[in-house]
Amino acid sequence: MRDALIVGAGPAGLSAAIAAAGSGNGMRITVLDEYPRAGGRLLGQLHQEPDGSWWNGIKEASQLMERALRDGVDIRTGVSVTGLERNGDEGWTVWTNEGLFQAKRLLLATGAAESAIPVPGWTLPGVMSIGAAQVMTNVQRVKVGNRGVVIGMNVLAMAIVSELRLAGIELAAIVLPPKNALSGHASDPNRVFNSLLRFAHMAPNPMFRWGASLIRPSWLQRLVVAGYPGSGLRIWDTPLQLRRSALEIVGTDSVEGVRVAKITPDGRVVAGSERFVEADFVCIAGGLYPLAELAAVAGCPFRYAPQLGGHIPLHAESMRTPLSRLYVAGNITGVESAKVAIAQGAVAGTAMALDDSGGASIALSAELERAISRVKQVRREAVIQFHPDIERFREQMYLEQGTILRYRIN
Amino acid sequence: MTFGRIELHPVLGKLPDAPLIEVVFDGQRLFGLEGESIAATLLANGIRKLRVQEESDNPRGIYCNIGHCMECRVSVDGFSGIRACMTPVKEGMTISSGIKLPLPFRHTPPSERSGGA
Ligand SMILES: Cc1cc2nc3c(=O)[nH]c(=O)nc-3n(C[C@H](O)[C@H](O)[C@H](O)COP(=O)(O)OP(=O)(O)OC[C@H]3O[C@@H](n4cnc5c(N)ncnc54)[C@H](O)[C@@H]3O)c2cc1C
Ligand code: FES
Repeated sequence: MRDALIVGAGPAGLSAAIAAAGSGNGMRITVLDEYPRAGGRLLGQLHQEPDGSWWNGIKEASQLMERALRDGVDIRTGVSVTGLERNGDEGWTVWTNEGLFQAKRLLLATGAAESAIPVPGWTLPGVMSIGAAQVMTNVQRVKVGNRGVVIGMNVLAMAIVSELRLAGIELAAIVLPPKNALSGHASDPNRVFNSLLRFAHMAPNPMFRWGASLIRPSWLQRLVVAGYPGSGLRIWDTPLQLRRSALEIVGTDSVEGVRVAKITPDGRVVAGSERFVEADFVCIAGGLYPLAELAAVAGCPFRYAPQLGGHIPLHAESMRTPLSRLYVAGNITGVESAKVAIAQGAVAGTAMALDDSGGASIALSAELERAISRVKQVRREAVIQFHPDIERFREQMYLEQGTILRYRIN
Repeated sequence: MTFGRIELHPVLGKLPDAPLIEVVFDGQRLFGLEGESIAATLLANGIRKLRVQEESDNPRGIYCNIGHCMECRVSVDGFSGIRACMTPVKEGMTISSGIKLPLPFRHTPPSERSGGA
């Protein structure tokens, strides 16, 4: 029997494995991941840091993987976890396509998934989620098309638009999704504009960044949206069309283009403003939500946290869940950047090691506290913030739970 | 139509060298690169349609590319329901796309039956 089993070899899972394996307890750890390569969603990431250096996800992932292997962690890829069961108070059994795995402690680090926004025509080949284009471009290095349209504007879409441009792929436009029961605020120009301001610091254009810093008051935002140019403002040489919405994706065997129309500042289509935009691929950017099914199967209680992307398994700052010997880390606890996931992984790995020692190790207790404060620091400094209120929300959530969960040896 | 591979990337550099892998897709011989997914090999060969919707016959391709949506399911060496985005190509693999299935128990209004009402 293993001391710990980790589901997910993304930044959170790998960093947890490193922390636990390096804790000096001699823990035997196995990490399972269904993707053929370790690294999770970190693999596709590529952006410039404020100091000008590049965050190259492939490099970061292979460094994490090498460290874990050096510490004796057993990493198995191509293994899908489909179910799990608690073995009384002894640990967990996990079902996979490669048979059963048992361990004394289980960490779920399954990350996040993309929400889809159904748009008429979205099942045509050549229509994909924006994250699909990221992986095809940066990891598989195959071109998804020559000229695309992005439907949806959020921080992930903007990051990936810059990555597609970097790979020499042309984008005809970034437009809003059509207003329907599922698109919600994502098709409301005023709401979207407000959220765009939060990641204007990522824009390559200094005018854009400077402009955004001035447009804080909400009356001014409404004024800007009302006067927003129909052809859009250019960002990475791509028109960001806040006042246009996709109506339908058109094509017979694959994408041929998108019907778009002008919309009013509150998102209604302007009659007679329709136009056809030629494109050979379409990316739908619906945002991310925590991928937490396995925690539900385990029987972990959940909490609804819109700031963190949806329903999240209840957990303490120490990444312990209310279930005995079950831990969570990374985007399963809320959508944030990979650096935060790495920091959270270190907390979970240390908590597992501390609990493995029966809670006796003073050194590990101290290390756990340090790892927890590191998460907060990394969160504050994150370049990509998926929501403005994450820090406050988490503080409050952890406070409400009181200290029992945080300090309980799990 | 193929859009090609990203041979030279300004930050990621040259496409890493990898041995060619030969596979068969719906009877057609194709080459992929070792380590890449079936979906990547097919796209690099200009194939986007991986199956049809079993009932409507509408074409389908990848959607999420990371194993979540099941849109990319194909048959590999006789096993059906394999995710093309999650499965690496292997030498000699036989891949087939999903087809329209018969609907023997579906009620069809007389006016829509072949041969007319
Ligand atoms: C498509 C996509 C693109 C993203 N792009 C960016 C970006 O550009 N910048 C950014 O800052 N953040 C991005 N993110 C957010 C991203 O989730 C975090 O940056 C970070 O990767 C989270 O780390 P993690 O370890 O929690 O999860 P992940 O990195 O998602 O890793 C989770 C791993 O768990 C595996 N897994 C899940 N379920 C199972 C199962 N049942 N069985 C076996 N294995 C399983 C997955 O295969 C995956 O490898 C993106 C997220 C997604 C979904
Ligand atoms: S494309 Fe979604 S599972 Fe393969």
